[in-house]
Amino acid sequence: MSTETVSHAHDATSTSHSHEEHGHDHHHEESFLTKYVFTTDHKMIGKQFLITGIIWAIIGGLFSVLFRLQLGYPDSTFPILEDLFGKWAAGGRISNEFYYALVTMHGTILVFFVLTAGLSGTFANILIPLQIGARDMASGFLNMLSYWFFFLASVVMFASLFIQTGPASGGWTIYPPLSALGQASEGSKLGMDFWLISMALFIVSSLLGGLNYISTILNLRTKGMSMTRMPLTMWAIFFTAVLGVLSFPVLLSGAVLLLFDRNLGTSFYLSEIVVKGEILPNEGGSAILFQHLFWFLGHPEVYIILLPAMGMVSEILSVNSRKPIFGYLAMVGSLFAIAILAFLVWAHHMFVTGLNPFLGAFFVLLTLLIAVPSAIKVFNWLTTLWKGNIRFTPGMLFAIGFVSLFISGGLTGIFLGNSTLDIHLHDTYFVVAHFHIVMGVASFFGMFAGVYHWFPKMYGRYLNNTMAYIHFWVTLIGAYLIFWPMHYSGLAGMPRRYTDWSNWQSFNQFQGMNSFISTVAMIVFAVQLLFVFNFFYSIFKGRKVQSENPWGANTLEWTTPINPGHGNWPGDIPEVHRWPYDYGKDGRDFIPQTEPIGANESKH
Amino acid sequence: MIQAVSDQKKRMHPHKFTMWVAIGSILMMFAGMTSAYIVKRSQAGWMMIEIPGIFWFSTLAILLSSATVYLSLRSLKQREMKAYRRWLGITAIFGVLFLALQIAGFKEFAERDIRIVGAGSNASYSFLVAISGLHGLHVLGGVVALVVMAIMAVRSSTRNYNTVPLEVVATYWHFVDLLWIYLFIFFNWMK
Ligand code: HEM
Ligand SMILES: [Cu+2]
Repeated sequence: MSTETVSHAHDATSTSHSHEEHGHDHHHEESFLTKYVFTTDHKMIGKQFLITGIIWAIIGGLFSVLFRLQLGYPDSTFPILEDLFGKWAAGGRISNEFYYALVTMHGTILVFFVLTAGLSGTFANILIPLQIGARDMASGFLNMLSYWFFFLASVVMFASLFIQTGPASGGWTIYPPLSALGQASEGSKLGMDFWLISMALFIVSSLLGGLNYISTILNLRTKGMSMTRMPLTMWAIFFTAVLGVLSFPVLLSGAVLLLFDRNLGTSFYLSEIVVKGEILPNEGGSAILFQHLFWFLGHPEVYIILLPAMGMVSEILSVNSRKPIFGYLAMVGSLFAIAILAFLVWAHHMFVTGLNPFLGAFFVLLTLLIAVPSAIKVFNWLTTLWKGNIRFTPGMLFAIGFVSLFISGGLTGIFLGNSTLDIHLHDTYFVVAHFHIVMGVASFFGMFAGVYHWFPKMYGRYLNNTMAYIHFWVTLIGAYLIFWPMHYSGLAGMPRRYTDWSNWQSFNQFQGMNSFISTVAMIVFAVQLLFVFNFFYSIFKGRKVQSENPWGANTLEWTTPINPGHGNWPGDIPEVHRWPYDYGKDGRDFIPQTEPIGANESKH
Repeated sequence: MIQAVSDQKKRMHPHKFTMWVAIGSILMMFAGMTSAYIVKRSQAGWMMIEIPGIFWFSTLAILLSSATVYLSLRSLKQREMKAYRRWLGITAIFGVLFLALQIAGFKEFAERDIRIVGAGSNASYSFLVAISGLHGLHVLGGVVALVVMAIMAVRSSTRNYNTVPLEVVATYWHFVDLLWIYLFIFFNWMK
């Protein structure tokens, strides 16, 4: 269904713009199919990822509204839910199975389909060739396959929502034995197989994409674009792709073994289990093995989600402060350090699994070490802002919001990284608060910043500013109101993944707070719909971009025509003579990368 | 850091480079698998694997196929198109032979009454079939690529001496060969 939306949307944009596209020497006719559907143009593929991601974000967000209804108002009934979902919401209350299905799908969709494919897929595709000075990706065909594998994965996951026994519901981390045994729960039946197949397709998609991103960045840079002259977005996307290419295959191994256990009666993860009085024959398996394989991907995955946002935020902060980014090499170095450490800390998700405390101590040390590069980045962002000539564009506001959220969420990571504190905090709302702020909301802010900033490049029009400011302030305040209180209930020990605490003396004191959180969540969700409206409205009706370089930025994408064709530059690809951060230098507001170094120019 | 970019000296073709990154990625998958195997082996209830003798022959077949793909690439570089197509075909046949011998190896377990999957199976044998099965799928992918290339070589009317596609496929083929050698040693050493 999403292709249709994608293609219609683009059809209309380009017809309304075609009169502006003069001056292209290669304007051969493309058919509808090759231009909008099976396209190999990186810009169009980026838009396909973005719009598919937006559709998934609406679905995933809606699921959270549904389960927040249950958490916020456990005593109320909503007959409309029964009308919509039948037995899943019998009597107007969300059933336990439905609740678990909703949380699982919410996590899966947002982590993988929105913040991995929607974020990396969009901006890696749109920005890499434009910012390094290439006509397209190293392999346009692999790139197209990457999108279509994602599309297939989406179709399978979407179909799983309509299975009679429901979609997977063992949490986004799908730990066995629950996920391995069909008889253990409804969601572990067919829905779980669909989940695994969909994820296998998804992994293929992100591998094909990642290979291309790496190969393009390393091989296709224009003349003069040395690695250290690349914008930080490129560095961030590069490290993201490396993380993905090295960690997703390990998840695939874990998933393959799980498929074996589910369908071929093997015992990789299963041992001495009794389900509903039935003694299973499986012997000698280890459920913890799955957690190792999962978190070896799972932890890098959280940085796969975060790094592109960090890169875009660095770029947008510098452009809109009219100042060079502070500590460019330190920014690259800290990205590198984060990428390395990301592979060495996975067991911090497993402190309470009976992990050897001696081994745990090493993971504590390595985990807390991440605070060092993280702090370097925060320091450099703040210093970039310091005494800047700040332009509060919507993109800039979201970038600043990202920094705020990253600080708040990163600090709680330091609590969790201590294995002793984690005994108390593990699987409580403290963890939920931590990762939603630092990963979920922060990366969304990075993504919004990117969309607001590069929308003029994507569609030749601006998003509406009034709607953008409402979107920003409500989302920022709302996100803090939703997730900040969760730290308190989490510290008090309130566990995650429960549908109802009303009969639980220690935690029903938080009922008022929970209702409050649910109310805010609905408001914030509504404001996201406002953004979606703004997005599609502006594609057709937004204010038109009048100059090639609306933000006065230095990077190469702003040297292309307002609506670049396939191949990006009508003439030769420009040559690069300097780094991308010469803002406010020698009395000049900005000096594009294409300008040769002047004779009397000072060093940066 | 990598500085020299603009000087366009003889750099690797981007598609070949992409293949090397892909190889790194596939290696991670098998690293994940074999580490899981090692972890599992150190736990209670591990059953020693008896590697079927046929695996020696499949190993030989895939080793020879690496030599033939090399010959095919050399012929293409010397523009001997007939030899090129012949060696390409032989490589694909060795690939299929390898897969057939692997399957025969697993049939042997059934005859010896060893369960590899299902009730009463031991994780050691399940690992053997999961890992070599995954490897087999990668070989199958290589065979498909070889066959596609052979068909294109026969069908194309224009003479195409571009060696890059075959270089990419040959790199991959040597890789699945070496990967099997690694796995074979691994299984023999870590029964
Ligand atoms: C100083 C930095 C950080 C430290 C020390 C840290 C530490 C931790 C620890 C120890 C846990 C496990 C808690 C538990 O389950 O008991 C955790 C959970 C998590 N963290 Fe962080 N973290 C940091 C930053 C981040 C960042 C930057 C992201 C994402 C971009 C992130 C995403 C997550 C996620 C998604 C989970 C929960 C996964 C789940 O159980 O569902 N963390 N963190
Ligand atoms: Cu982690």
